[in-house]
Amino acid sequence: MSERLRKKLNILADAAKYDVSCSSSGSDRKNTNKGVGNGHQSGICHTYTEDGRCVSLLKILLTNHCIFDCAYCVSRRSNDIERAAFTVDEVVELTMNFYRRNYIEGLFLSSGIFKNADFTMERLLRVVKKLRLEENYNGYIHLKTIPGASDELITEAGLYADRMSINLEMPTETGLKLLAPEKSHQDVIKPLGFVKNQIIQFKEEKKLIKSVPKFVPAGQSTQMVIGATPETDKEIMYTAANFYKSFSLKRVYYSGYIPISNDSRMPVLGTQPPLLRENRLYQTDWLMRFYGFDVQELLNDANPHLDTDIDPKLSWALRNMHHFPIDINTADYNTILRVPGIGVGSAKKIVQARKFGKLYIHQLKKIGIAYNRAKHFITCADTPYQLKDFQGHQIKGFILAESQSKYLKTPNNQMLLF
Amino acid sequence: MIYIFDGSLEGLLTAVFEWFERKPGLTKIVSEERHQPNVFSQSFEVLTDRAKADRVWNGLAKRLDRNWMRKIYCTYLSEIPEMHQEIFGFCCYIFQHQAGAEKNYGNAQVLNITQTARKVEREKHRMEAFIRFQKTADGMFYCGIDPDFNVIPLLVNHFKNRYADQQWIIYDIKRHYGIYYNLQTVEEIKIDIDKSLMKKANQHLLDEQETLYADLWKDYFKSTNIVARKNTKLHTQHVPKRYWKYLTEKL
Repeated sequence: MSERLRKKLNILADAAKYDVSCSSSGSDRKNTNKGVGNGHQSGICHTYTEDGRCVSLLKILLTNHCIFDCAYCVSRRSNDIERAAFTVDEVVELTMNFYRRNYIEGLFLSSGIFKNADFTMERLLRVVKKLRLEENYNGYIHLKTIPGASDELITEAGLYADRMSINLEMPTETGLKLLAPEKSHQDVIKPLGFVKNQIIQFKEEKKLIKSVPKFVPAGQSTQMVIGATPETDKEIMYTAANFYKSFSLKRVYYSGYIPISNDSRMPVLGTQPPLLRENRLYQTDWLMRFYGFDVQELLNDANPHLDTDIDPKLSWALRNMHHFPIDINTADYNTILRVPGIGVGSAKKIVQARKFGKLYIHQLKKIGIAYNRAKHFITCADTPYQLKDFQGHQIKGFILAESQSKYLKTPNNQMLLF
Repeated sequence: MIYIFDGSLEGLLTAVFEWFERKPGLTKIVSEERHQPNVFSQSFEVLTDRAKADRVWNGLAKRLDRNWMRKIYCTYLSEIPEMHQEIFGFCCYIFQHQAGAEKNYGNAQVLNITQTARKVEREKHRMEAFIRFQKTADGMFYCGIDPDFNVIPLLVNHFKNRYADQQWIIYDIKRHYGIYYNLQTVEEIKIDIDKSLMKKANQHLLDEQETLYADLWKDYFKSTNIVARKNTKLHTQHVPKRYWKYLTEKL
């Protein structure tokens, strides 16, 4: 019995690991009636795998049987791999026992599509209902919305799940058509829009009637595979920005493609996953969501790709040297936030601290800004007077010379002969 | 002037009270155990007085919001000896200035309290993440820890709210005390057994399913890893090696 369970867990956790969504934040679900579990507003990462990604949810597929044949997916129909399926009870037992030992923050349940969308969605729903209603479990649940499932099933699932997500898979429609001819972006857009409208509707009702239940309190997210098809960074980020805006998504995840097959349409086996590119895309994503940048400022026709040697914030600043230097003691919060080397926390501290007197270099350093980087873009009370007006590329040279990037300074695209 | 206090938070707050009674000017504050008599300066022994401490605490609460009161408490829990002086200085600073003075991040003490409190909160958050309960045969969930800072008082609410229907013990092996939840309330406990037994519960005391789920968890941890993305530096940055001894998946 236990051997079988171990084997199933290995297969189905392995198949689910390419879904990078891991967050357990955003839900304030309370533990009612002395049950087990509650939501944690900022989420908790209980451990990290050796590749440095956090493990906060038990991330598994209900089954890896699938009727689709998407080239980028390990569970595709034509792939010759071992198949398995959990029973509803097995998933519930695993979740409860892991949760009680404080291994995990909740359950992330996805599934291959077997038979049809409704049949699959109905199975997923059975698991979450059993957890919530029979086990009195109030921990986090992230549920996949199965594209094509009926509105009734999606609505019911939303009453029990904390977050729901559907993956966009490829950043553009053409990319998706190339690798997964059976799918289209429309399949994703429809349920995303439906859940978004339901969230708004439940919130409105809740204002009037207090007993209205929570509906997907932690919102929706999606994921794009990058590097499998030849999109530019601009195309990827414009799609992301558009989805953030149209569907009020909480997160868009970017998953560097890891070659899993000999398909001629995609990078060959053994190609390094595009980790640096992934990192730059996330940085851009953060700039859009927390730093007040518009995506067009960071990526446009003149700059369709993000720089590899410097981060997007620095690269924006170097292209826009006419905004700098700014005076830390007078500039407004939003301007300070745009200085490379100053983050949200430091910017807030600076704005509050300067009410008590002018800020000096030693204070800025103590507050925690990356002074060696920021010094090219700011002045404060005791900034040394400088006659020379450096150009963007000179400043880039200074910064690169003294910084130690974890990535290579000169991209090593050329392969070695020996 | 040197103020000597007993090392407790009440003692520290009483010292603030005594300082405003006497106004001796520049003052150094040390706990009894760290005090070394000094020929060149006078010393004054602070007698901890609950009433005086409460007056100072309530006075602070009038000037500071709840977050700041928690920061002071967290800084005290850090148990870093230098922080006594910082808390003492910070309290005096708050009383001597107008409301809102705590926002002056250009002030070294304000910044120090903020940053130390952050370290303690991080340790608390790590404990919320890294505690791994073991189920014993009598249905108790046990975990022994030895955190860098004394964070157990900060953990009570989180675990009480989350695991309301199971009995659990979290025991600080380094500081020799723990908390026990008896399905109603959380109480402080002290266990007198061999230290080596505390880290992990003994094999024959465990629930029969415990090994199965520990193994399943280890399996899961292995299969969710993507080998092509291996990044050991990032891994140890998130899970520093000193915590590995708690982690079932790392044993």
